[in-house]
Amino acid sequence: MRKIWLIIKREYLVRVRKKAFIVMTIVGPLLMAALMIVPTYLANKTQELRTIAIEEDGFEFTNQIEDTDFLHFSKIPTEEATLLKNDFSESNYYALLYIEGDNFTLYSNQQISLTVSKAIENQLEQIIEHQKLKAAGIDLTILSEAQSTVNITTKIITEDGSTTNSKAEASMGIGFICGILIYMFIFMYGTMVMRGVIEEKTSRIVEVIISSVKPFQLMMGKILGVALVGLTQFALWILLTIAIASVAELMFMDASSMTTELNSTQQSILLSELSNLTGGINLMQIFVSFIFYFLAGYLMYSSLFAAVGSAVDAEADTQQFVLPITIPLILAFILIQPIMENPDGPLAFWMSIIPFTSPVIMMVRLPFGVANWELALSMGVLILSFILTTYLAGKIYRTGILMYGKKTSYKELWKWLSYKE
Amino acid sequence: MKKSIFIAKDVVKEYGDYIALNKVSITVPKGSIYGLLGPNGAGKTTLMRIINQITAPDSGSLIFDGAPLSKHHISDIGYLPEERGLYKKMKVGEQALYLAQLKGMSYNEALEKLKFWFEKLDILSWWNKKVEELSKGMAQKIQFVVTVIHEPKLLIFDEPFSGFDPINAAIIRKEILELSQKGTTIIFSTHRMESVEEICDHIALINKAQTILEGPIEKIKKQFANNSYEVITTDKVLNENDYFSIISQKETNYSLLLKEGKTQQEALQSIIQQTEIISFRKEIPSMEEIFIKAINNA
Repeated sequence: MRKIWLIIKREYLVRVRKKAFIVMTIVGPLLMAALMIVPTYLANKTQELRTIAIEEDGFEFTNQIEDTDFLHFSKIPTEEATLLKNDFSESNYYALLYIEGDNFTLYSNQQISLTVSKAIENQLEQIIEHQKLKAAGIDLTILSEAQSTVNITTKIITEDGSTTNSKAEASMGIGFICGILIYMFIFMYGTMVMRGVIEEKTSRIVEVIISSVKPFQLMMGKILGVALVGLTQFALWILLTIAIASVAELMFMDASSMTTELNSTQQSILLSELSNLTGGINLMQIFVSFIFYFLAGYLMYSSLFAAVGSAVDAEADTQQFVLPITIPLILAFILIQPIMENPDGPLAFWMSIIPFTSPVIMMVRLPFGVANWELALSMGVLILSFILTTYLAGKIYRTGILMYGKKTSYKELWKWLSYKE
Repeated sequence: MKKSIFIAKDVVKEYGDYIALNKVSITVPKGSIYGLLGPNGAGKTTLMRIINQITAPDSGSLIFDGAPLSKHHISDIGYLPEERGLYKKMKVGEQALYLAQLKGMSYNEALEKLKFWFEKLDILSWWNKKVEELSKGMAQKIQFVVTVIHEPKLLIFDEPFSGFDPINAAIIRKEILELSQKGTTIIFSTHRMESVEEICDHIALINKAQTILEGPIEKIKKQFANNSYEVITTDKVLNENDYFSIISQKETNYSLLLKEGKTQQEALQSIIQQTEIISFRKEIPSMEEIFIKAINNA
């Protein structure tokens, strides 16, 4: 037991101290945060104040057009407008709005941004709409009173008669993120175990070590050590993401409230909607299941990866053995989308029971609500298969690590399984 | 009779259809330097792995220091495998501490002993270097240290001198002999017969999964010595007679074989009567000759 601890400690420390780990741990959440923040930030920042020239003639509602946060309208005489139409280069205007009857044209010496043309379009539409309504004799005050917002809440009636808020969008979001994360973690850390085994084999230290500990202890020590690395990275990512998100929130709060243009009632509706959405999902269950499926799925796959590592001499030779291991994992990844569309169908059910796909698929299904017996069955099957794969992998591993310079075939792997200790 | 540190009896090990060891028995006397010889693929490495409990035999008994070989004997055995190496990215000191602790030593004990050995071999300055910065010979020295660090009763070296330059090989040989003098038993596997003759006192010869020779070196040599003599004379006039026949002649250098039932004295007498002798020496077979002869006869 003391020896397996020593192995776990070494495997853990060696990896956690690596530059690549530190960089990934810091850069990971930064990248994620950047992915969320940068678009909004850019959208805010690029909207500098622009002046649009409007030709006064034949445009009776010029006065009704209003300046916005990033647009200023300025009326110019017709002669100047005609001049501008021919030579725009020397003007200080961003664009010229030219109106002939029902034809509206924006002239500029540069590509006009979509936000600008959309904003002008909206204003013009509204002005013309109001004019038409007025002409039809409808009072605008009545119209604004008649305007209303409707928000539909969908509810699911559960077996015990209580209702929960349905939460398709949030479920999809959470399920998708969890599924992808599990897939990524299993892949990353599974191959990390495999590379570790190959390193021990190629550096020829393995025989030195297994004269002190059992091969199985060495394999499990490595697998558990790497699992701890994964959990550490995961925990650090969560902490860092929260930290970055809260900093970003403080920094961009003003900017975002300015541009989202939500009035207070709309905002409060959105907020209550958000809490409704997540309120219906059992976040605690998802968190606990995530840790379980990450660990159990990883343990099952990494023991197979370890067996592959033991059977080859160099990473380049791993392909023929890695492929059959990764196919179910990739299949699960591809099936995330269709399963989110029908999270209770037979495909979803079987994929979340079969241990090779269940870690990813069950996490996708979980936010939509899964019966307890299904969850228990899936977990039970996964635990049993992880014990079985570890047992078989251990047999291959202990023979494989002592085989040097031989091309291993599937037939040979099969033979190794039958060798006695 | 001297006590034995290790006895293997009728050890059998099969890998599928392939028989790696077929009823192999060896007896390693306490304090001896025991040479385990044999051509490639004879089963030496398998036998060493069995002694180290890396693999278990299919049948046969193993006795270590009077008791059946079991897990707790791991800390009494040190093994330097032929396929050996270190973690390349790890620092020397850290790695040596790790390997010593895996052998069951405490951290402090390991640190103290390592400092002693590193100083003795004058490699203390490597402590914080990564293994990949060292040459192959330097790494071998560290491997030697971590093999002996826990002061085992039995040390097993598989081709210990491969990879060493002559100077470092001499240093390691000196250390091995010193350990032997302190009472450590050493099992020693090699292809280099001259080093066997130099340091071993017992040998076992394994060929095709079986022991074909075992015992003290002098006894085996005597067993293989036939009645042949090397005689150098002053002139080339020596003729065969009733006492000996001439196997070969090179100038005044003769190789003679005693005839059945004749003694050394009788032959010598008959030579003196013919010519003047410069030297008269019984031919003792070298380990290499014994090795080849035993394998060809088997």
